[in-house]
Amino acid sequence: MNSTLGYSAVLGALACAIVGAVIGIGTGVARSDAGLPWVRRAVVGFFGFMLLANLIMVYALLTHDFSVHYVAHVGSRATPTVYTVVSLWSALEGSILFWGVILGTYLLAFALSQKDEHTRYMPLALGTMLAVGVFFAFLIAGPANPFGKVSPVPADGPGPNALLQNHILMVVHPPMLYLGYVGMTVPFGIAAAALLRGELGEAWTTTLRRWTLIPWTFLSVGIVLGSWWAYAVLGWGGYWAWDPVENASFLPWLTATAFIHSTMVHERRKVLKLWTLSLVLGTFILTILGTFMTRSGVFNSVHSFTQSDIGPTFLAFIGVLLVVCISLLATRGQLLVPEGAIRSPLSRETAILVNNLLFVGITFTVLLGTLFPLVTEAVRGVRVSVGEPYFNKMAVPGGVAVLFLMGVGPMLPWGTGSPRVVRQQLLIPTALAAATIVLCLAFGLRGAMPILTFGLAAFVVAITLRELLLPAKVRILEHKERPWTALVRSALKSRRRFGGYVVHLGIVMIFVAIAASSSFVTHTSGTVGIGKSLQIGGYNLKLVGFQNGAEPHRRWKAANLEMTTQGGRTELLAPRMNFFERSTDPIGTPAVRSTPAGDLYVTLLAFSDDERSATFNLWIFPMVGWIWGSIPILVFGALIAMWPGRRARAALASPLSVQDPTAMGKVNRGAA
Amino acid sequence: MKTSTRNRLIAIAAVLVAGGALGFIAFGNIGKNLVYYWSPGEMLGKGERAYGTTIRLGGVVQRGSIQWDPQHTRLSFKVADGAGPGAASVLVSSTEVPPQMFREGIGVVVEGTYDRSGVFTSHRLMVNHSNEYRPPKPGEKPRDWDKTVTDSESTAARKP
Repeated sequence: MNSTLGYSAVLGALACAIVGAVIGIGTGVARSDAGLPWVRRAVVGFFGFMLLANLIMVYALLTHDFSVHYVAHVGSRATPTVYTVVSLWSALEGSILFWGVILGTYLLAFALSQKDEHTRYMPLALGTMLAVGVFFAFLIAGPANPFGKVSPVPADGPGPNALLQNHILMVVHPPMLYLGYVGMTVPFGIAAAALLRGELGEAWTTTLRRWTLIPWTFLSVGIVLGSWWAYAVLGWGGYWAWDPVENASFLPWLTATAFIHSTMVHERRKVLKLWTLSLVLGTFILTILGTFMTRSGVFNSVHSFTQSDIGPTFLAFIGVLLVVCISLLATRGQLLVPEGAIRSPLSRETAILVNNLLFVGITFTVLLGTLFPLVTEAVRGVRVSVGEPYFNKMAVPGGVAVLFLMGVGPMLPWGTGSPRVVRQQLLIPTALAAATIVLCLAFGLRGAMPILTFGLAAFVVAITLRELLLPAKVRILEHKERPWTALVRSALKSRRRFGGYVVHLGIVMIFVAIAASSSFVTHTSGTVGIGKSLQIGGYNLKLVGFQNGAEPHRRWKAANLEMTTQGGRTELLAPRMNFFERSTDPIGTPAVRSTPAGDLYVTLLAFSDDERSATFNLWIFPMVGWIWGSIPILVFGALIAMWPGRRARAALASPLSVQDPTAMGKVNRGAA
Repeated sequence: MKTSTRNRLIAIAAVLVAGGALGFIAFGNIGKNLVYYWSPGEMLGKGERAYGTTIRLGGVVQRGSIQWDPQHTRLSFKVADGAGPGAASVLVSSTEVPPQMFREGIGVVVEGTYDRSGVFTSHRLMVNHSNEYRPPKPGEKPRDWDKTVTDSESTAARKP
């Protein structure tokens, strides 16, 4: 019953997507907006059917209907309810189904947000997005069908992958990533529509920017949460390993970030149109490539839980996408004529241009390292992997250069900067950077890259805070406003700028935390008997005993460690090993003692059967918690930046209200 | 030539040079940081070419080969192509504490280097368990893990 209903819903979604895509692109290319109402209906239908299919699946999971293939594959009567719902995205077929409903939600939200505007572009944009919907609906209906019937019906299932039901982060991390990934379909549709029309207007660019910022925010949060999950669950003592699947999420993030910056140059100077659109198209292709890498099982990774046959379908889709995107850029590109020029090397636009080249360079090297093993295995039949040192050697200098630009860029004015003014403004930040470096050396820290990172971080923070607070200071002096009022008002006056700099502060936090936690890590391991102790970095850990527990879906054994800090405070740490009913190997839960200064991270590696001794891995990661601590700052900044202001709405309504960009050159340092 | 055209050409040339340099450095770096997946037989077959490169050696822990030094800090064992008596094997020395599942006859992947001395020095030891998560086969009893943990002897934390 559930199988039939669910499968019908998927077919309904597929039909809606096909009809909408054909009408949308067909009428759009013919430069008519007569089809728009029908495309909108198709979007609503696509969303409705996808939602229905997902609800049926959740219902089948909750009622343990093991006649449904997917439920028989991941469901279990012993799994707690929350993980039963989560198992919707714990394996391949379900995650693609979930992908479908998110795509539907995005399309619906986009269609509803653009009621009567942009009727020139809308059929093309929605049509392109629905074409992507066709692919995913086809995937769900065919190669990755979760609604297949199982006969005879098993009495119970295996439950979701044990790794995935070991931590609550698994409930939030994948949806965040999906919201980021799938959301990139919307900017893709917007950009494709611009190329198909051969024009890129001011208001349409605003739409493109906002709808990139939304998935970008989800993607950023998803990546950080993913690293947190790896840290808290996998227990190998790290948060980032340049695993192909981590790279898969990082690559579109890089190009999307480059886009967010280049679009500002496009807005101000009316140049880089084609480049900006290429970044959007590239971002989307990278998300599809990322899904392929995550889901097809071509990589041996933490994330590739199932081998499946969706690979060829995905490869075909990537091929089609590449052909479509390149031919769009090649045939329609010349219609997007630059209307301005970059005049001076000492300007914000040059800094952003360099930033873009850096981001694309990093994307290229990470992509190369990620795909290299696939290529060598396919071509030469040699199984290799690219070691972490490659990625670190390539990405760390790139990252440091990006950090430097994060400071220099906001300091330079649009247009032409005066060398004298720039020198003057560099003075205090440079002095602070130098002071930080001296302090680090004085405290005995060594290592070029981390100390350079700390110095540059001070440099960026100084400049960013000045840029954030200067408009408020002007208001305090000129309008005699109170500090808080002045700050809020100046922020409201230029949300995007203000929000962007808040995000920058969050990113600096991540930079510092990564540099500190990877460069100054302390590690030791050892086996101790009951009553004996291990020492690491001022902590004393005494093994006092063991503890056993049972839950419906797993049993666990914890080693109790009495931890004493240098100050004499005592706490109990209990790293665990979990034995899931049908998983052959135990899964650890590290014990982490978090402080702002750093984490003490303990994993239970092994224990003797008579419970007389145990083996532990111990790490101290300085400042590592700051990486996840940046999430609220990133979200807050992004929310400020994307919140539609009254001015933005007015600008959307009347395209004539756009100001002359050259006239703004002088005032934009303070207010714009 | 107009100034703008000249500037554009300079910009394109600069980007090409930068891109070329990046590609050159990237490929050079990849070559230096490749990790090869070999079985003991394959690695021994490479002869001297296997010396010095980073290798992930995959095989089975040979029965009766696990040895701890008296302080229980250095572990050595043999990794073989298979469980059979005639299988090619390599002596592995590891400073890392093995995980709970480590025991004789289990599949392992060790990462490290091999040199003239004929000993594979490992800095990373992974137990190659059946990671494929699957529904139980007919006749397979759940809670088999109980046996795997208590039946066979776990050498890792036997006696410090």
